[in-house]
Amino acid sequence: MRLEAKKAPGLAQAILYPAGAIFATLVIASVLVTLAGASPFDVFYLVLKGAAGSQFAIIETLTRATPLIFTGLAVAVAFRAKLWNIGAEAQLYVGGVVTVVLGTGTLQLPAAILMPVIIACVLLGGALLLLGPAFLKIRFGVDEVVTTLLLNFIVLLFVSMLLEGVLKDPMGLGWPQSKRVIAEAQLPRLITGKRLHFGFVLALAAAFITWFIMKKSVLGYEMRAVGHNPEAAGFAGIPVRKVLIKTALLSGGLAALAGYSEVAGLKGNLTLDLSPGFGYTGIVVAMLAMLNPLGVVASAIFIAGIFVGADAMSRATGVPSYIAQVMVATALLTMVTAIMLSRYRIRWR
Amino acid sequence: MEAFEILLTASFWVAAIRIASPLIFATMGELICERAGVLNLGIEGIMTVGAFAGWFTVYAGGGLWLGVFAAAFAGAMFGLLHGFLTVPLGLSQHVTGIGITLLATSMTYFTYRLLLPEVTSPPKIEPFEPFAIPGLSEIPIIGPALFNQTPLTYLAFVTVALVAWVLYRTPVGLAVRAVGENPSAVEAQGISVTAMRMGAVAAGSALMAVGGAFLTMSAFNSFFFEMINGRGWICIALVVFGSWRPGKALLGAILFAAFDAYQVRLQQVTGGIVPYQVFLMLPYVLSILALIVVARRATYPKALMIPYQKGER
Repeated sequence: MRLEAKKAPGLAQAILYPAGAIFATLVIASVLVTLAGASPFDVFYLVLKGAAGSQFAIIETLTRATPLIFTGLAVAVAFRAKLWNIGAEAQLYVGGVVTVVLGTGTLQLPAAILMPVIIACVLLGGALLLLGPAFLKIRFGVDEVVTTLLLNFIVLLFVSMLLEGVLKDPMGLGWPQSKRVIAEAQLPRLITGKRLHFGFVLALAAAFITWFIMKKSVLGYEMRAVGHNPEAAGFAGIPVRKVLIKTALLSGGLAALAGYSEVAGLKGNLTLDLSPGFGYTGIVVAMLAMLNPLGVVASAIFIAGIFVGADAMSRATGVPSYIAQVMVATALLTMVTAIMLSRYRIRWR
Repeated sequence: MEAFEILLTASFWVAAIRIASPLIFATMGELICERAGVLNLGIEGIMTVGAFAGWFTVYAGGGLWLGVFAAAFAGAMFGLLHGFLTVPLGLSQHVTGIGITLLATSMTYFTYRLLLPEVTSPPKIEPFEPFAIPGLSEIPIIGPALFNQTPLTYLAFVTVALVAWVLYRTPVGLAVRAVGENPSAVEAQGISVTAMRMGAVAAGSALMAVGGAFLTMSAFNSFFFEMINGRGWICIALVVFGSWRPGKALLGAILFAAFDAYQVRLQQVTGGIVPYQVFLMLPYVLSILALIVVARRATYPKALMIPYQKGER
């Protein structure tokens, strides 16, 4: 078999193929659910109800989507320039560390000054962390996939060290956790008494700003050119290395914001289970959105819905909640396949 | 002084070879894939599948070798999926590989919870026992390290020899290397690039899964979540470090494992002055440093990560 490029896919195809990917994901999930002894229709209904069936469910889904928007944006930006940042998990934790270092009473400033200071330092921390692998890629030709992946483990151990050492809360009953952030550093809740916090608004703002950078700025154009064909981009006078560095700074900063918003908005302190793999899930979020920053918001909410809904469904039916992870991974693979099929025609000969 | 004496103890070298064994399997697996031109980032997930499949087969009443076979088979299945998506369909090897890792890991955890819903502590199996090779195992230090290990460790070393022999001394190996360097030349010989690459990815993935199975069937005796713990990513670094050659990669794996075994013992000697996390970090840091050292002179297979389209130049 071989692949032939199609002419520009029509709008119908652009919708049909991704829809097919979601359908295929549901079919595969149905098989697993049936094996688990439950009815797929019941399960999907319960997932949907658990994700969007009540005010509580919707708030929970949007809360869970918040860090995924940030990590999804981080991945979308990097992958657009073919900078393979698989280290959003580590950058997220760096964001969390910076937040508790500055926000637990070290800086006694009014909220209006403290928050921007923390956000700026969080952006810087995440950016610097990804700068390392980007520099190694450019200077020594070291594959950034491996370095960013390995950094995830290094940073998590580093955080563990901090939480058992200098950042450990003396009042934490021996648990490896940091002190709580002071009131001035906390992101307010959007609805009093509910978990949804101002981080969600920040995430939407970040998505819009990223969209603007990607679609309307010179940098965005350069990033796309570098991602499309680095040699050609260099030949056309685009400073490829500089663009990669800028991409890394932007991507790392965005991922770190996920850690900031989780700590300052939701958890209040830093623990080792701050992220159940938000960094890795960000890859799926970005791919489902076809690397479009505004699409990231939609796909993050979609994926958060699957996770939140699956938790509720699992409590009711006993089907393991890992079905959510399986669906998310399947969606990634079917979606990249669907995108390919919408652009190429398969010839069987 | 104490820190140096560690190197002279037999138990240190026994541990080093034991730690190296799963890395050797998985590194050989990744090496085969990359030699054929396909980066396989599914490695971390495929090792997880292998660890579970091997262990569960034995737990369910199968023999140990049946477990190894089951692991290899499960790994090959995920390898075929990765191969199908990246070779004939030509999807991004980075994205697909990460997807395979996410899929394989989550499917394993789902299956574990499905098959063992009630367990609180992971059930144990009777793992492979060390088998002393008469005579050779009496040699001081290297005797116990090399000749009093479990059969799977011996299999790891045999695998290296076999991979090297197949790659460099057989027509199949020549074809595998050629599809990773110059696929159109292979196609001109009437050999299908697609078939060669998919075969290599499936075979390599089977080896990765056996590497995972080593952990549950030889190093430990039960399966627990997140037990692969980045070993797959380290193997990717080891392939680069070994410049895509089986012998050098073997050496890299043993060096790495020796370092890992050493840091555990050094941790005990230093007695808590340095936080233990620093020692646990060292293997990952070492991998990155090794990459920096070799990356400049690395001779990648020329067609690595480049999808092949028949009739295209």
